[in-house]
Amino acid sequence: MRRAVSAFDWRLLVRRLPVGVAVGTTVFALVWVLFWAPSTNFGPAIHSPANFLITLLNGLTLAALMFIVASGFSLIFGLMRVVNMAHGSFLLLGGYIAYEVQQSMTNGGGLTVFSSQVNAWDWLVPAIVAAAAIGGIGLVTQQVFLRWNMGQDLRQALITIAISVIIADQVVAHFPLESSIEKGSAVNTSWPGAIDRLVNLHIAGVQYSVARLTMLGLGVAVGIALWLWLYRTKTGMVIRAGVDDRQMTSALGVNIQVTFAIAFVVGASLAALGGAVFTSYAGVNPTTDGQWLLNSLVVVIVGGLGSIFGTVAGALLYALVYNFSISYLPTTGGDCCGQYSPVLTFVLLALVLAFRPQGLFGRPA
Amino acid sequence: MGEQLLSVEGLNAFYGSAHVLDDVSFDVQNEQPVAVIGRNGMGKTTLCAAIMGLTPPRATGSIRFLGTELIGRPSYKIAKLGIGYVPQGRRLFPSLSVDEHLRMVSGRNGRNGGWNPERVYKLFPRLAERKRNGGAQLSGGEQQMLTIGRALLLNPKLLIMDEPSEGLAPTVIEQLVDTCKRFQDEGVALLLIEQNLGVATALADRQLVMVAGSIAVETTAEQLRNDPDSQRRYLGVEPVAAT
Repeated sequence: MRRAVSAFDWRLLVRRLPVGVAVGTTVFALVWVLFWAPSTNFGPAIHSPANFLITLLNGLTLAALMFIVASGFSLIFGLMRVVNMAHGSFLLLGGYIAYEVQQSMTNGGGLTVFSSQVNAWDWLVPAIVAAAAIGGIGLVTQQVFLRWNMGQDLRQALITIAISVIIADQVVAHFPLESSIEKGSAVNTSWPGAIDRLVNLHIAGVQYSVARLTMLGLGVAVGIALWLWLYRTKTGMVIRAGVDDRQMTSALGVNIQVTFAIAFVVGASLAALGGAVFTSYAGVNPTTDGQWLLNSLVVVIVGGLGSIFGTVAGALLYALVYNFSISYLPTTGGDCCGQYSPVLTFVLLALVLAFRPQGLFGRPA
Repeated sequence: MGEQLLSVEGLNAFYGSAHVLDDVSFDVQNEQPVAVIGRNGMGKTTLCAAIMGLTPPRATGSIRFLGTELIGRPSYKIAKLGIGYVPQGRRLFPSLSVDEHLRMVSGRNGRNGGWNPERVYKLFPRLAERKRNGGAQLSGGEQQMLTIGRALLLNPKLLIMDEPSEGLAPTVIEQLVDTCKRFQDEGVALLLIEQNLGVATALADRQLVMVAGSIAVETTAEQLRNDPDSQRRYLGVEPVAAT
């Protein structure tokens, strides 16, 4: 009987190895961050809870932005399996459109306006215009190029890569529109004055940006709206049914092409909305597209294709790993900060792909 | 005899260069169920796909439903004309619950008939108990009920059923036959595709035997039941005991 038990234990150990590694790594990371973390920017969290809280909030708010962008990608790529390599370009162009609209609303003359000159409408209208314009571009892209190539991954990838190159070149050639500014310059929009300030959280004396907290709220709102749309409306049911079995859905009297076009437009608009937020958060430049396509890919692949919860989890993991490794890992060399964060975010991707290839919440294919 | 519901003339269908249906012609009258029987690989499912406008296959020839040409029409328009499709293998949506399967289709085709989810639940009380369950969590019989319920919500004049008895236990098949008989009282015509001779002959008097992509012979349920030779020839089954 003893032998049987010990043989059983070995197999169990091997089977649970991934879980063990994950738990061990998490515990070690926690201990490191809380008590140890020598020669890092912030030092152990126990000495400076304020820095820990700020890092956490930075992670959560970045996750919210990543979710907004990646949820659009999740809809198009994760659910409908349309390989849309132009998602980053939709964000980029959306960012520049938001900038131009805000400029014209506030007479900025090409310079970034002060947030005190910006009211809520001067931010919301540009974001809505950007989302609507990119929704239109998305519709044209889907109708003209992609609906004929359903299920043809390679063609879709090549077509959308071509579109993204064209968009990036057009941005460099024409934006910013203001003639006094060099074409292809990085641009910023401003948050409305009302939220561009710090608020005292009354926890460890932390003052935190209201704009970033608003971003978090926006991410949560987009998530809830998307969930309600997909799981509580008829259109959402039809999208999920169409993803499962397109032919059968049509044979039930549903014009699936229209439904998929709607979903594509929503996905593209979310990229543009993310672009409008990002232009206030960090600013866009003509190389932003590749970076955000990559972000979206990582979030959706880590979270699992076709799952909103997966996209939430992917965005949270990605943004938290990114921010915590900036704050709590030693930096080397002359350049300050952040050397480990790109490495670790891809370690995250590699680990998920190694142990759970379908992503955290994805269905096995 | 009732009105001409479906008339198929010179129908050919191809998967790539494979010629699957070869000059198929038949018609379905109202109030007179028709069964198409035949062995595996004879083109029965392709026939359904061609009528429903699913591509592939590529279909040529003519399929008229109440005078409207179906060939070249998208599938969703064909369904809306009043053809309900119960596909082989049931093809439920794994992402949708029972209730969502019904609500998704409900109200899309407001014509006569007046089917709604409540009426489907009344017809199949088992489904009402499993509203929140996913399609994959149902038993084979329950899945078949859901597939039929979902097709009925289009208020069809014609129901095309592709091997509904496949994979079901004999007692469940009996219930299925009873249910299908009830549709006939409701004025829903039936085009039944079957390999199970018992089911086919119980539900339809007109029997079309499909061999190698064409209708080889048209016969009646009674003739077929009493002719073990053709049962063996056309279906490759041991004869059913005469009942």
